[in-house]
Order: sequence, then structure tokens, then C-alpha cells
Amino acid sequence: MNQAIRIASFYKPNRWDAAALLLIIAVLSLSVEGLHDLHVPLASVSTPITLSPSALPGYALRSVTRMLLAMVASLLFTFTYATLAAKSRHAERLLIPILDILQSVPVLGFLSFTVTFFLHLFPGPMGAECAAIFAIFTSQAWNMAFSFYQSLKTIPVDLQEASRAFRFSGWQRFWQLEVPYAMPGLVWNMMISMSGGWFFVVASEAITVGSQTIQLPGIGAYVAEAIVQRNVHAVLWALAAMALVIAAYDQLLFRPLIAWSEKFRFEQTASGIGAPRSWVLTLLQRTRLLSHAFEPLGRALYNLSHLRFPLRTPPVKPHPVLAQLGDKAWSACVIAGLFYGAWRLEVYVAMNLTWPDITQALLLGLATLGRVIVLIALASLIWVPIGVLIGLNARLARIVQPLAQAVAAFPANLLFPVAVMGIARFDANPDIWLSPLMILGTQWYILFNVIAGAANIPGDFREVAGNFHLRGWQWWRTLALPGIFSAYVTGALAASGGAWNASIVAEWVRWGDASYSAHGLGAYIAGATEAGDYPRIVLGIAVMSLYVTIFNRLLWSKLYSFAQRRFAMGE
Amino acid sequence: MLEPLVLDARHVSRSFVKPSGAKLSVLDDVSLTLNKAEIVGLLGRSGCGKSTLLRIVAGLMAPSSGEVEYRGARVSGPAEGIAMVFQTFALFPWLTVLQNVEVGLEALGLPETERRKRALAAIDLIGLDGFESAYPRELSGGMRQRVGFARAIVVHPSVLLMDEPFSALDVLTAETLRTDFLDLWSEGQLPISSVLMVTHNIEEAVLMCDRILIFSSNPGRIASEIVVSLPHPRNRLDPRFRALVDDIYTGMTAKTPARGNARELFPGTGISMALPRVSTNLLSGMMEAVAGEPYKGRADMPPLAATLQMEINDIFPIAEVLQLLRFAELAEGDITLTDIGKRFAGAALDERKRLFALHLLTYVPLAGHIRRILDERPSHQAPFERFKEELEDTMSAELAEQTLRAIISWSRYAEVFSYDENTHSFNLENPA
Repeated sequence: MNQAIRIASFYKPNRWDAAALLLIIAVLSLSVEGLHDLHVPLASVSTPITLSPSALPGYALRSVTRMLLAMVASLLFTFTYATLAAKSRHAERLLIPILDILQSVPVLGFLSFTVTFFLHLFPGPMGAECAAIFAIFTSQAWNMAFSFYQSLKTIPVDLQEASRAFRFSGWQRFWQLEVPYAMPGLVWNMMISMSGGWFFVVASEAITVGSQTIQLPGIGAYVAEAIVQRNVHAVLWALAAMALVIAAYDQLLFRPLIAWSEKFRFEQTASGIGAPRSWVLTLLQRTRLLSHAFEPLGRALYNLSHLRFPLRTPPVKPHPVLAQLGDKAWSACVIAGLFYGAWRLEVYVAMNLTWPDITQALLLGLATLGRVIVLIALASLIWVPIGVLIGLNARLARIVQPLAQAVAAFPANLLFPVAVMGIARFDANPDIWLSPLMILGTQWYILFNVIAGAANIPGDFREVAGNFHLRGWQWWRTLALPGIFSAYVTGALAASGGAWNASIVAEWVRWGDASYSAHGLGAYIAGATEAGDYPRIVLGIAVMSLYVTIFNRLLWSKLYSFAQRRFAMGE
Repeated sequence: MLEPLVLDARHVSRSFVKPSGAKLSVLDDVSLTLNKAEIVGLLGRSGCGKSTLLRIVAGLMAPSSGEVEYRGARVSGPAEGIAMVFQTFALFPWLTVLQNVEVGLEALGLPETERRKRALAAIDLIGLDGFESAYPRELSGGMRQRVGFARAIVVHPSVLLMDEPFSALDVLTAETLRTDFLDLWSEGQLPISSVLMVTHNIEEAVLMCDRILIFSSNPGRIASEIVVSLPHPRNRLDPRFRALVDDIYTGMTAKTPARGNARELFPGTGISMALPRVSTNLLSGMMEAVAGEPYKGRADMPPLAATLQMEINDIFPIAEVLQLLRFAELAEGDITLTDIGKRFAGAALDERKRLFALHLLTYVPLAGHIRRILDERPSHQAPFERFKEELEDTMSAELAEQTLRAIISWSRYAEVFSYDENTHSFNLENPA
């Protein structure tokens, strides 16, 4: 039951964070400028979508394929970027802050850029497909890379020494030590990424950036078309299809992979309790025919990973003076790059934006921030007690936990039309009633983390609570809340990050011709995207990244280290 | 009889440069040779640099100065023909026993049939038959370490390095593994020519080694060398065996003069003396044990260690803290309580606390220093970091942390000052 979502825990923030944020925003604005200079009119890529339910399986397949391709790209990114960061001290100092900031940049805000960029690269459907896949990639890759990086940094010294003493080549060490050691964390993050990814699959299949409309065959486009046509039945069909896809994904991919990755877990204790099981994995492992069918592939992979590529092993330490010179040169390069980026950004902002623009974005950001805080508080009030009660009941937890994980994968944006219909019917205030949509999909992170946390409270403590008759508020204060605190922070962090991201689609929704919007930074970015107003998209993204980063630093990371210090229950 | 030289380490030193620029020496000018067909032991307490030396010999670490020659060639990285057995086993948890044993052969690029043949032979030799398909997590500690041995000998190394290979095992299992290893070694069944092993267990060293190099700490140096010429199998009860064990204890306490000069006990001087974390329960317990029957205030260390079931890593820090506090004296392998020490052993809790407080503030300079600063400040508070930074001028961050934690626990017991974990500060408040 120890399936708390293992998010990359915080590394110590430093001045490189600010550098990374600046660099990312500068690159965004520069790329916009570059694209703008091309002045090439782009054709829309819009495949007609039929709302017949019989077309849905085909669409679902296309969506799933996009998701899997993005996952392959994310894995490649993880293996290269994280490895470089873990093995090169110079690269590490820049790459890790960048990764950390990228985690807080609203992925949906990226869409407009990726679409423009890829359509310039490959005009036509190919470019649109690439843009969609890239968007999904940006929602998956960062936490995977972070997890892999952290695993590489925490490989036990004795295993490293053993692999060196037995003279593994760099390539062998990567595949036989580093990847297996990182496997449980990586697989878990892959699965969390894919769960989160469905949201972006849906969002990236039908988008409008200025005059360009992208519509790719898939479930997301199907729903978008249903919204335009106000077809309630089609929406319901899509929901059903998505539910089936998620169930299949959960049973055929998520569970087997998690169960399989348990074998790489490092703790050398034999405990059969709580190890995830998967009937699919058991079937695969027991079926002769299947294992024979896959043997050549397995064989080839095995041989590849055992090749003795003389990949560079870390050299003997360089001369200290040289190393110091290298350090200085590297710092100088980075600082020069920063100044250049800052200068170009300054020019770009001066040309396109005014102070009122910036103040407006900051104020709207405050509105969204308020929403996120209120929603997290509300979701916590609801799910913490429920999660604790479920987690303390082992049988119930075994049933609910996988369900909560599967529900978390369901793309909440598919449910938006339902909410919009309600708002239209009752003429409700969008500023209030659109808000819950932001947390619709991410509240489950709080639930299943709290369940895992409660299930992990040691039996001794629960017996002490019973023996000394702790009841009511005292029971919560001394046992339950400290017991789940770490897990809760992890879940709430994920939920709040997701909520920021979702605000871009949740604060501005439509049903047919009618659209409803709340005042907030999400609606601001969505509006700018629809208008193709790049300077304001950049501004919106920059402000949102800033808010998320500061929020993380001031609240979550403090809570997290506090939890680690005070409420670690192991010893 | 002069056996050919297999390994030759000359004037090996290793030091770390701290961020402040100060140099911490871990290993200072150590030379050793390893001949064919001998087992050499590196014996010393934790932190004496013996494991560092082993890693330098293995090519896992580079010496700051000096060099290691193996079969006439300089070691500059992990060399073929040197295999290692780890204290923590270091088995790959995702590989089966067979795969773990094959690991070293695979890395050498041997063909699969050859690999399998040699691995099965090693598994057979080391007594792991039937466990080939098990994963390490399914095995007991003893079986895991057998896999560690099989993995090392399967590559037919000429030098086998062992880093406290039995210290993570329980007493019975460790003894079984030692005897099995020695039997195979004496019968010449192991495809190894020599063994270099690190240990902190005196009896283990006398039981297994042909030569023992005794390390002194801070910085690590070879203090003496003892040749063990008893024939295998050796008997722990043999008077000659006991005499050797006694000699080694005497050698390890002889370095500290009878007057108990603190400078020789712990690295550093004055307030920057690095202290071990020893709980006051252990200190009181040791004084009671020595004061009671049959020792009556003076105990021979080997039998005392045996009765208390302690190894040198456990017993020496306690004894040395007692010496620092002037509750006991160490000499010639004996620990003798001072008059105050005897009084402490017989006293009730309040009197004990009073004596402890007095000696702590008088003989532990750092404790006196902290108390003085707290007295001087109007707020009677001082942050942890202040003292930690002061200590870090002369010692590593971990050592500074350890030293302050030791002071905190002693001063809490003595009630001379207290410490608030939430604000990370020392103060004079006493929640009475």
C-alpha cells in the first residue's frame, strides 16, 4: 500500500532558480519573435470529425497512440537530460533549476507556441501531430526526469563500488545498475505522468491560436466538436469511451508495470504485504506462448544492454587549478547568456507590453491564487477525513486505492461541458461556479496520498491510541494528522500544481456559441491564445510560473521539510 | 621463506580539502605489502582509514600521494584480478543469485556458456547449491554474503579484498562463514592467491590472518604489525591465541599515557576536540560493571569486552570518554576507575548528576565554553550553528554535528545547559 505518489522532493532553492526562470521566459519570447519574423501564413489543420459513436474506437486509438509516442519521447529525454545532469557538475547547476521551473510552468500555455513552431517546421497534419505530441510530452517529461536524476544521485555507494570493482563499462553500468535502481521511481512517475497526460491529450487535439485552428482526429477533438454542436449524447458517448480507455490503461499498463517494477525495489527485506499485484502480469509471466513470442525481443534488449561499449568512465580528477578555471569559465558563460536573455526580454517587453498589462496580469494571478488556495482547503477538508478512515481500514483501502488512482487519470476537462450546461441552466456566477472545475481532476491526488499515508501509520501507534483511549480531536491531533502529514503535503502539492494548469481551460469554457469566463490568469492566457496575442501569452505564462514557483517555495517546500523533520514515523 | 610480492602500497596518504581550504588527513603515509599465499588483516577502529586504504588498493579511490603497485603495474583504476567482498554485501537486488555471481564475468565480456560453467562451479564451492534462482531479498544475511564471496572468487582474482565481510552478520553465522572460508583456503580450493581484509574484530583478525597491521586513528597510520604463526585451524581457547589478543589490546591502549592526556584521546585540542556520541547510560553502565564483581575497580579489557558482548568499536569510545572525564584511566589493556569514578558508581542519581556536571564543565573544554557564553549573554541563548561553524574550522561537518550532539546529550543529563530542537539553540532554561 506504499503507493504514495513519489514526487521529486525539493532540492535546496538557490539563486540559479531565478536564472532558470529568466532563461525560460527569454527563450519563449525570443522564439515568438523569431516565428513572427517568418511572416508565413499558416494553414489550419482541421480534420472533419464525425459525432457518430461508431467512429469513437478509431478516435480513441489515435489518442492513445499520441500518448504512447509522447511517452517514448519523454523516456528518451529522461535518459539523456537527467543522466547529463547527474553526471556533470556544470550541467547540473543549470539543468536542475531549469527542470524545477519547467515543472511549474503551465503546460497548457505552451500549446500556442508548440503549434506555431511545429507547423512552421512541418506544415500540414504532420506538424499538428508533432505539436500535440510535444504538448503531451511537456506534461510528462519533467517529473520523470527529476525522479531519474534523484535516483541516480542516491544509488548506494556499495553498489557503485561493486559495479566499478567488477569493471562494468559506462554503458553496462547505465543499464545494469543505474536504470534498474531508478526503475521503481521512474515507472511510478511514468504512470503518474500518463494519468495526468490524458488531460493534455484531450486539450491538445482541438485548439485555436489566432487564425489557426487545429483539429486532430481523437477523443479530445470529438468532445470539442460535440461542444460546438451542443450534442449532449456525443459528450456522454465520449465520456464512456474515455472511461473504457482509462480502465484498459489501468489494467493493461499501469498495474502490470508497477507490479513488475517492484522487483527492482532496493529494500532487501522480504515482505509480501502490500506489494501491488496485477493479473495481467501474472498471466504474461505464466503463459508459455507469450514468453516465447517475446523472447527474441527480450534477448536483443538483453544483449544490447550488455554490450561492452567503452563509454567514458569518470576520469581521474582533473588538476584543481584547471577545474577551478573551468568552473569560472562556465559561470561566466551562463552569466553572459543570462544578461543577453535579460536584455532581449527587456527589449521585447518594452516593445509589446505596458505597465498596466503587467499589473493586470499580476492582479488576475492573485484571483487565481485565491481560487487555488480556497479549493485546496475545501478539497482537504473533504478528502483528509475520508482518506484517513479509508486508509485505516485495510480491506476498504485495498478496494478504494486503485479506484482513486484510476479516477485521477480521467481527464476532467471532458466533464466540463456538463458543468457548463449547469451554469447555463441556472445562470450561475462563473467566477464562483467555474472554480471547482480546476480541482475536479486533481483532488484525487489528495485522496490517494492520504489513504496511503494513513495505511502506513505503524500499528504500534494505533494500538497506543487505543490503549490510552485517545478519542475525538486528540486522536486526530496526536495520531492521524501527524501520521498522514507528509503524504498529505505530497498530494496537496500535486493537486495545487494541477489546479494552476487546469485554470487555463477551466476559467474559460464554452458550450456552442456561448462562452463563460471567470476573472483569473487562466482565462487571461486562454483569451490571449485564442486571439493569437503572443506577448500576452508570454506575460501570462511568466506570471503564472512566478506565482507557482513562489507558492511552492514559500508554502509547500517549507511544509515538506517540516514534515520530514517532525513527522517521520519510521524511527 | 620469501614469497613473491603481489601487491605493494608505498607511502599512501589520503586527505580531503574542506571548503574552508583546511586539509583533513585521513590516511598518513601508509605502506604495506601483500605476498603470495597470505592473509593480511587491517585492524583498527572505525574512522581510522583502513577502509579508505582498502578502496585505494582496489582502485576505487585515488591516493592523494603515494602509489599502489599490483603485479608490477601501477593501480590507477579497478584492476583485473582484484575482487572485493563488501560489508553490506552490495548485491544487485534485481538479479538472481546466479546472475549476481555472473556479473563480474559478464563485465569482462566472457561468452555465456563459459560464464555459466564458472558461476555454477563457484556457487557449488561456496555452498549455495539450490539457491541459484533466488533473489537476494529472499536470502538470510549469511546466504547473501556467500553470494558476495561467490561473486568475488568466480573471476579468479589473485587478490581478494574483504571489507569487514562478517560484521553485518550475527555471531553464529559469522563464525560459520569464517570457518568455511578458512577451510577452503587451507585446502587450496579457492582460486585466489592472497587476501587483504579489513576488520575491527580483534579475535577475527587473530583467527584468520597471517599478519595483522594495527591502525591508529586521526590520521590513520600503521601503529604496529603482528605476525600470527599459529597453524590453522586455530583454537580461540589456545593460550597462545589469548596471549595475542591480549597483546593487541595492550597495544591499542598503550598509545594513551596513563595520566590521561586528552590530546591523545580524541582528534583536535581544546574546544575543537571531536567527541564520540556515547550515551550517559553506557557511561554509567560501564562504571558500574567495572566497579562491581569480579573487577572491583580494575578490569582487563578483553574479558570485559567479552562479558559485555562489545567489540572494540563499542568499548573503546566509552572507555575513552570515561578517561576524558577523569572517571577512569586506560593503560596496558586495563581500565581502572578513579576514586571519583568509584564514587559515581556507588552514588544515587542526584549525586551522579552533580559529579557528572562538575567533570563535564571542567574536563570537556567545549562544554565549559558553551556554558561560559550562555552565562555571558544577557539572553542566555546561543544558536547551534554558531558553535558548529566554530568547530568546522578544524573538523568535517559530520564530525562537528556529532560532537555537538554528544555535548547536548551529556549536558542534558548533567543539567548544565539545555537545547531547544525547534529553535536550534542552546539555553540555560531548565523545565523543572
